Amino acid sequence: MWEKKPVLLLVMATAAILVGTIITMVLPFAWVNTDADRIEGVKPYTALQQEGRDVYIREGCNNCHSQTVRPLVSDVLRYGEYSKSGEFVYDRPFLWGSKRTGPDLARLGGKYPDSWHYKHMESPRSMVPKTNMPDYGWLSENQLDPQMIRRKMETLDFPYTEEEIKSLNSQNEMDAIVAYMQKLGSDIPWRDSVATTIVGDLVNPYTGADQATISGWASLYSENCAACHGAQMEGEIGPELVGDDYDDEILFELIYTGITDSGMPSFSSLGTDKVWKLTNYIRTYKADGK
Amino acid sequence: MESQNYNYAIVRSFVVWSVVWGLVAVLVGVIVSFQMIDPDLNFPPYLTFGRLRPIHTNAGIYGWGVGVIFATFFYIVQRLCKVPLWSDKLAKFQLWFFNATIIASAVTLLMGYTTSKEYHEMEWPIDLMIIILWVAFAINIIMTIFKRKEEQMYISLWYMMAAIIGVAILFVTNSAAVPVSLFKSYSAYAGTNDANVHWWFGHNAVAMALTAPPLAMFYYFLPKSTGVPIYSHRLSIVAFWSLIFMYLWTGAHHLLWTPVPDWIQTLAMAFSVMLIAPSWGSVFNGYLSMNGQWHQMRENYLVKFLILGITFYGLQTLQGPMQAIRTFSAFIHYTDWVPAHIHMGTMGWVSMIAFASIYFLLPRIYGREVYSIPLANLQFWLILIGQLIWSISLWVAGVLQAGMWNAMNPDGSLTYTFMETMVEMYPYWWARAFGGLVYMLGLIIFIYNLYMTITKGKTTTAQTAVAEGRA
Repeated sequence: MWEKKPVLLLVMATAAILVGTIITMVLPFAWVNTDADRIEGVKPYTALQQEGRDVYIREGCNNCHSQTVRPLVSDVLRYGEYSKSGEFVYDRPFLWGSKRTGPDLARLGGKYPDSWHYKHMESPRSMVPKTNMPDYGWLSENQLDPQMIRRKMETLDFPYTEEEIKSLNSQNEMDAIVAYMQKLGSDIPWRDSVATTIVGDLVNPYTGADQATISGWASLYSENCAACHGAQMEGEIGPELVGDDYDDEILFELIYTGITDSGMPSFSSLGTDKVWKLTNYIRTYKADGK
Repeated sequence: MESQNYNYAIVRSFVVWSVVWGLVAVLVGVIVSFQMIDPDLNFPPYLTFGRLRPIHTNAGIYGWGVGVIFATFFYIVQRLCKVPLWSDKLAKFQLWFFNATIIASAVTLLMGYTTSKEYHEMEWPIDLMIIILWVAFAINIIMTIFKRKEEQMYISLWYMMAAIIGVAILFVTNSAAVPVSLFKSYSAYAGTNDANVHWWFGHNAVAMALTAPPLAMFYYFLPKSTGVPIYSHRLSIVAFWSLIFMYLWTGAHHLLWTPVPDWIQTLAMAFSVMLIAPSWGSVFNGYLSMNGQWHQMRENYLVKFLILGITFYGLQTLQGPMQAIRTFSAFIHYTDWVPAHIHMGTMGWVSMIAFASIYFLLPRIYGREVYSIPLANLQFWLILIGQLIWSISLWVAGVLQAGMWNAMNPDGSLTYTFMETMVEMYPYWWARAFGGLVYMLGLIIFIYNLYMTITKGKTTTAQTAVAEGRA
């Protein structure tokens, strides 16, 4: 019957296509991005952040970086609190991505200080030697176009001030993308709620370890700490470490829990053993005679 | 002979241009595969991985994939309806507008004008061009079907019509955006809604552009090549209707464990598993059509391409549902496993069928024999081996990286940092780039063989031409 009537076939095919479409694509609009999943504290992007987001889109960063932390143990340990629908209500388009050639960025905001991002964008390999991320230092040569950004803010219906637009004159695309990086996932105060608390007495399991053993842990330092504290612990983005007089327990706690407001990330995901090794390596570095 | 009225010139042109864009897609794919190994191969601002990768995917889908759809559908629709194309002028417009659209896409993507939505990166003016293109195509195909001389519509025509409608609904819905300027727009949907709409589009673009059309080609060119009809008409009916009904529910399997509502994810998971049935309906229909004809795998190079193609379709539609299960997705998603899956589909299934279709129709249009069957065989092995190197190396890489991401110490901390898992990928990325090079060599041999067929192939005798003239 329908095999001989093209109009009938077209109508039937359209109907077949529309059933699943309506149920799984149209209906969800009734629940998603409504009061049901709205989160207080999630704010629209500022003019500079939004422009940074548009640079992120233009350069196709989403081809290698995802922006959703899944409610899975390994995801949450590695990246932070899992993502909530209400955190994305101002995202046009969504930038969740589909591939993690590089790490997920959904909780990047506030993890590092701005200076870390500038240095990393300029030359990722200077901080992460074996990364395959290309250099983006050239972004700092591109001035912003305040009038276009104003139009974008109008289109998106995001609040902005004249001073904000004016200040864009002295900023470039690098400033914009760093501002965007720092906004990511930071609208909810998740860092405070997952901050590690150390219970009980800390006992250094490597007290009295010989120098040869401790020197063997150098790669832990170079992979996790050197980018900010310098290859010789001379300090750069983070402070100099040579000659600090923290005792083992305090240094362990600083590395393990991080210092939320100063840009020192928590390294608890390394596990206690590696953090103790780092503690001993840093503590004995000067004594090493280097 | 009424076949002399058929518009073969337009088929010819679309074959040529689709092959050109196919070569561009593969070449850019090879380039970005090396950029992933060595970041010094990025030349900002234009020639960076972030800007080139969408050119690779879109040239593959819209240039090669859709180009082949235009070529083969214009051929098949005339043969099956036993009438010439409804409008030659419209088809000619479509050809030029197609190339203009692909060129405009490539240029604007290089400039960084992108929506960021995977497989739909082009900005709104180009979306409009694609819509015009598709409408022109749809009118021509549907009008030709309306004035057909063969009352019964063959299976291929059902898949064509479903594809035409499906792509139209998907593409228009996902294009909705508010322009800020000529080359910048913001999606009409926000956040989680945008993600859900987009992957409803993304997965069903695979259904309507890269599954239904190759099935239309398969159902036409397999019996044509073997000389034996399709095994079961009833099975093809069941497979067709269940396929186009079930596919649309499955988009959210790309979004498992994301903030998209759980029930949508669960529906997507269930329907993905159910989709094995209609997919394998076509696979079995293909295999059973070979009953008593398996010797043709040895004797007829076209059959080899077609049967390997449908075999990869079968593997693809088993692996896909497996990945769509929550637990498996939790492990494998975001790793190199997923591109390996996609490339088995595009290089193994869609392109195999496309190569066979072109090898079938081009010599007949020119009234010549294919220049070299040994070269076609060489190409077959190169693209098969190239694709297997590509996919298998990245499946291994994906499992390795997923395992490292999930590895935990006894105290509940993670065993590896992200970078420790990433550096393990380099050897596999080298293997992938090598697989891509082998595949590209196969494609170049294909193009050479086509060129030699057109210019130097032996003219076929009048008798075979008449025999082939039967629809």
